[in-house]
Amino acid sequence: MNKLWLSAKRKGVDRVRESDRPQSPVVTFAPDKPLRLDAGVDLSPFQVAYQTYGTLNAAHSNAVLICHALTGDQHVANVHPVTGKPGWWEVMVGPGLPIDTDRYFVICPNVIGGCMGSSGPSSTNPQTGSPWGLDFPVITIRDMVRAQAMLLDHLDIQRLFSIAGGSMGGMQVLQWCASYPDRVFSALPIAASTRHSAQNIAFHEVGRQAVMADPEWRQGRYIVEGTDPRRGLAVARMGAHITYLSDVALHRKFGRKFQDRTDPTFSFDADFEVENYLRHQGSTFVERFDANSYLYLTRAMDYFDLAADYGGILANAFKGTKTRFCVISFTSDWLFPTSESRAIVHALNAGGARVSFAETETDKGHDAFLLDEPEFFAIVRGFLESAGRAGGLEPPQV
Amino acid sequence: MAETVRGPGGARVDLLLVSEMVEPGSRVLDVGCGDGELLELLETKGVDGRGIELSREGVNECVAKGLAVVQGDADTDLADYPDDAFDYVILSQTLQATRRPRVVLEHMLRIGRHAIVSFPNFGHWRIRLQLLFGGRMPQTANLPETWYDTPNIHFCTIKDFNTLCSVVGAKMERAVALDPWGTALKIDAPWWFWNLFGEQAVFLLSRRP
Repeated sequence: MNKLWLSAKRKGVDRVRESDRPQSPVVTFAPDKPLRLDAGVDLSPFQVAYQTYGTLNAAHSNAVLICHALTGDQHVANVHPVTGKPGWWEVMVGPGLPIDTDRYFVICPNVIGGCMGSSGPSSTNPQTGSPWGLDFPVITIRDMVRAQAMLLDHLDIQRLFSIAGGSMGGMQVLQWCASYPDRVFSALPIAASTRHSAQNIAFHEVGRQAVMADPEWRQGRYIVEGTDPRRGLAVARMGAHITYLSDVALHRKFGRKFQDRTDPTFSFDADFEVENYLRHQGSTFVERFDANSYLYLTRAMDYFDLAADYGGILANAFKGTKTRFCVISFTSDWLFPTSESRAIVHALNAGGARVSFAETETDKGHDAFLLDEPEFFAIVRGFLESAGRAGGLEPPQV
Repeated sequence: MAETVRGPGGARVDLLLVSEMVEPGSRVLDVGCGDGELLELLETKGVDGRGIELSREGVNECVAKGLAVVQGDADTDLADYPDDAFDYVILSQTLQATRRPRVVLEHMLRIGRHAIVSFPNFGHWRIRLQLLFGGRMPQTANLPETWYDTPNIHFCTIKDFNTLCSVVGAKMERAVALDPWGTALKIDAPWWFWNLFGEQAVFLLSRRP
């Protein structure tokens, strides 16, 4: 037990260190290059941590930007420095895979507000020398995208061959296409939406309240005070995790099976396998994620409403766009349901965009975009290859 | 078997005929595009093609081929498209499977400057004979499903389609009837002849100004 505690403590230390000095490339933007935030303030200086795979070609034309989801990070296809687990999209990104690192130069930045090396609430506030905590300004999806555009400027990449992301990553993809249409040749918004629904906001609020109700949260000052709101964050994760799965998938995986026992214990122990699974999800999550980041990023998703920035008419966000779109949804996703993707397609069609839309049949719920779904992979591969043929990219060298 | 008769390039004869009616370089929406055969054919003419397909398998096949196809239903989703978005809206071998053919045709003429419709002719003599002498709903090689399993819920004859065109105020620019071997019937033949010997028909329509 002591060993476990020590390992958790060590991972906590690793996690905090990652906020300022990540084990991945990082670029710091000096005071002459502030990040203009939607909240009306400048974030400066600030830093963006990112990971890259593959090689940028001479023309700088083969870059693919991956936007990660709420609890993802830049470690798409390498061993995670804190958890030691494989990258979160190793099934999709790699040599010979649909997002083929033999052909494309893949970049994935940690979002602003995150906790893996891009400036966020657990980073050190340069003005005070202590972690930002709740003094960190509230950020939006558009702020994340602005920071990513500055990163691409820094890497001397004018135009992306493609951009892909699921869930919150899909929101960033859509924001990119609206904010910088000329910099995106093709785009894959996956299991995404142009606005967070009331139900989504409600789920997020429950998660945030769980974090803030933890006495160790200390008004967000837990790093300074040496506490750790892991119970609150774990509960938030447990609740959210249910929304990423489907009823069918949960039932198939766990049913009403007991955990290592044949009879109920008539207690509040984790009698059921599904309880044990959720507790495990909660406890592993807190080892790698910052509680305040969870508050900031869920807030950014809640605030996202792309149409609102364009007079309430979503089609105006994509008017005259030359970007080729491939919108993908999953049948059993009830968090970002197919109807949301259809609304995107509708707006893109009204804006005259070249759009494909496929709904993949799966019972794995919202998280299906992270899993091994052959039909989904075939679509991504086919779409990118045809985009390459359509002039985005020279054919691969044999 | 007119539907599967193939021309010199290996393409379906009716699709070749449809593609002939489309001006190179134009913008086309193919409603009910199946596995994307027509869109691929059109792309060789420099056409900017889009598709709508109901079946998930069809859509996935198209998208994997790199075609711009969305999953959707002609009966419900055409309403979402803005006016004059395309030069041609094509409905090939699908009209008879829609719930409201008239509404679908009206939308096609609203969304596109032209509409191209191909459909099996229920007035063909073989079908008439089957009903007359067999006393049962006809089944042919081209339309093999039983009445209780068929997706085709709104069959019409060439004459019937003519009537629909005048009801919705469409201007007929060109019409071709194909015999079971995929050969076009004589252009100066009277309508009753087409209606009896055409196994399928292709109409090029436009909005009346």
